Amino acid sequence: MAAARVSWGDMVKTEAKVTERPSTGAIWGWLEAVPDPEIPVVSVVDLGIVRDVAWQGDMLVVTVTPTYSGCPATAVISLEIEEALHRRGVENIRIKTQISPAWTTDWITEAAREKLRRYGIAPPVGEAACVGALKAPAEVACPHCGSIQTEEVSRFGSTPCKASWRCKDCLEPFDYFKSF
Amino acid sequence: MSVDVKTDNALFELTLRMGDNALILGQQVSAWCGHAPVLEEDIALANTALDLIGQTTLWLGLAGEIEGKGRRADDLAFLRDTRAFRNALIVEQPNGNFGQTLMRQFLFDAWHLPMLTALKSSADKRVADIAEKSAKEAAYHLERSEDLIIRLGDGSDESRRRMQYALDGLWPFAGELTLADEIDAALATRGLAPALADIQTQHVERIRAVLKAATLKPPEGAPIRKGGKAGMHSEHLGFILADMQWLQRAYPGATW
Repeated sequence: MAAARVSWGDMVKTEAKVTERPSTGAIWGWLEAVPDPEIPVVSVVDLGIVRDVAWQGDMLVVTVTPTYSGCPATAVISLEIEEALHRRGVENIRIKTQISPAWTTDWITEAAREKLRRYGIAPPVGEAACVGALKAPAEVACPHCGSIQTEEVSRFGSTPCKASWRCKDCLEPFDYFKSF
Repeated sequence: MSVDVKTDNALFELTLRMGDNALILGQQVSAWCGHAPVLEEDIALANTALDLIGQTTLWLGLAGEIEGKGRRADDLAFLRDTRAFRNALIVEQPNGNFGQTLMRQFLFDAWHLPMLTALKSSADKRVADIAEKSAKEAAYHLERSEDLIIRLGDGSDESRRRMQYALDGLWPFAGELTLADEIDAALATRGLAPALADIQTQHVERIRAVLKAATLKPPEGAPIRKGGKAGMHSEHLGFILADMQWLQRAYPGATW
């Protein structure tokens, strides 16, 4: 009979099997290292996608919310969260999807906004939380040169959460993370 | 939630109508991927389609839950025949040219946003949650579609001519979205959905304002074309489903 397959990668990655339930604080810390599949400089916690972490007996329930209802990254995000926790030895995990309150860019942390800017994506401007406040903002600073002489090329961009903009000073195109 | 929703037919119909509208329009709009006149519009259309398909998953998932027969969103999308679909006729109208696709989108979005906004107050929390999520997306769909209707309507002679032609053809289908039947009346009485007369007022006012800015005129005396909400469809839907459902019909249970 073939032995269970264990790759070298698994042996390196899997730390001691957890016998005690790790604290939710520790779990939040681990999830902060799970990158968003489309924008890997920020984590799923930075973006406000992870809403809650709680133990129900032996089961860890991680509550997540989709950014846009059709965002193809949603399934990948759940998978990556599960994998990250498995690597830490948490075996029994349930990913719970919650759609209300609806995700908003207001939940993106200040530190994450700075990371986005350094990555070349202009972070959301202003508060978005209500419908009707979605008009393109008057001023989006270019993430490359900082100029506010910028213009919207299209309200839609490379992912559902971004719009296409360009800078009239440095002439570089850039993504703007829409207030939503 | 004060109603027994386990076998609630009116609620099942509501979720099918919302889900099927999003599904059929999403399927149609996605056909533009790689074919739009400019790259930005290609991306916009693909993103809009993606939002609609995402909303479909939520609505049809809930429909299956309410029905209680173990049908999932995918079963409802891929294994029902035309007569079981509850989308309004407007979303099954052909893509036509870019102007016709935009006009169809605008007439739909101008209904979708007030409808979803009102559904946020549904007595059924699950309906309200989906509406809350979807309304945010519908809001920016409408921003885009009305901007483009105005730009192209109040544009060159050629673009105006094409947009007026699109409006003349699609106008008769706009009314069905807010035409109430006994199911809508029952839903409104129970606080599960808004009175469609209120939505109609908002729909008409929004359309009127945008068409005025776009220098376009709705055709006069056009009858309302209806039937889709009750499962009576145009021949277009059969072709759409044949394309969309082919794989699941030919290879039942196929997965990625």
